[in-house]
Amino acid sequence: MHLGRVIGTVVATMRSPGLDGIKFLVVQPLDKHENDSGQAVVAADAVAMAGPGELVYFVASREAAEAMPERWVPVDHAIVGLVHEVTLASPGGER
Amino acid sequence: MKLAQVAGTVVSPIAHDFYDGQRLLLCDLIDPDGTAKGYLIAVDVVNAGVGERVLICDEGTSARQIYGISTGPVRSVIVGIVDEVSEID
Repeated sequence: MHLGRVIGTVVATMRSPGLDGIKFLVVQPLDKHENDSGQAVVAADAVAMAGPGELVYFVASREAAEAMPERWVPVDHAIVGLVHEVTLASPGGER
Repeated sequence: MKLAQVAGTVVSPIAHDFYDGQRLLLCDLIDPDGTAKGYLIAVDVVNAGVGERVLICDEGTSARQIYGISTGPVRSVIVGIVDEVSEID
């Protein structure tokens, strides 16, 4: 799992079967110091409580679909938790 | 499996049901010589401490097997604490 920041929402009316009712958010992956790292992805919100600006962690690949109420859905990134706090032993250390 | 060093903890009071009560650690992925290359957030089943070198199993089916479940959004699990790594020249 990786850290991410919710930077947007996605509205998609036409959806593949199984995706009804799922909230899609744009998530910017972050490094451990919460700096942007790589390209933003669209993730399903499996906790149904994430909002813009929120620090989250997400799973990718098969495990993303496992996070959804219906298992066999075409989802490849899913937010599985909201981050309250990250504590690093050496905050200024290497990436 | 991947070699890693525990860099810190992640506190997450609101999460998917699977992660309720799980201990989440932020781990630097490292080479055998200790060079960090990226990181992973993993659940801990061996009570690893911050600063310790650990083994991370980063595969979903194996991770679910550890928990004895057939479904669940889990992939990265800390499955061992490393005492020593030696490289053969």
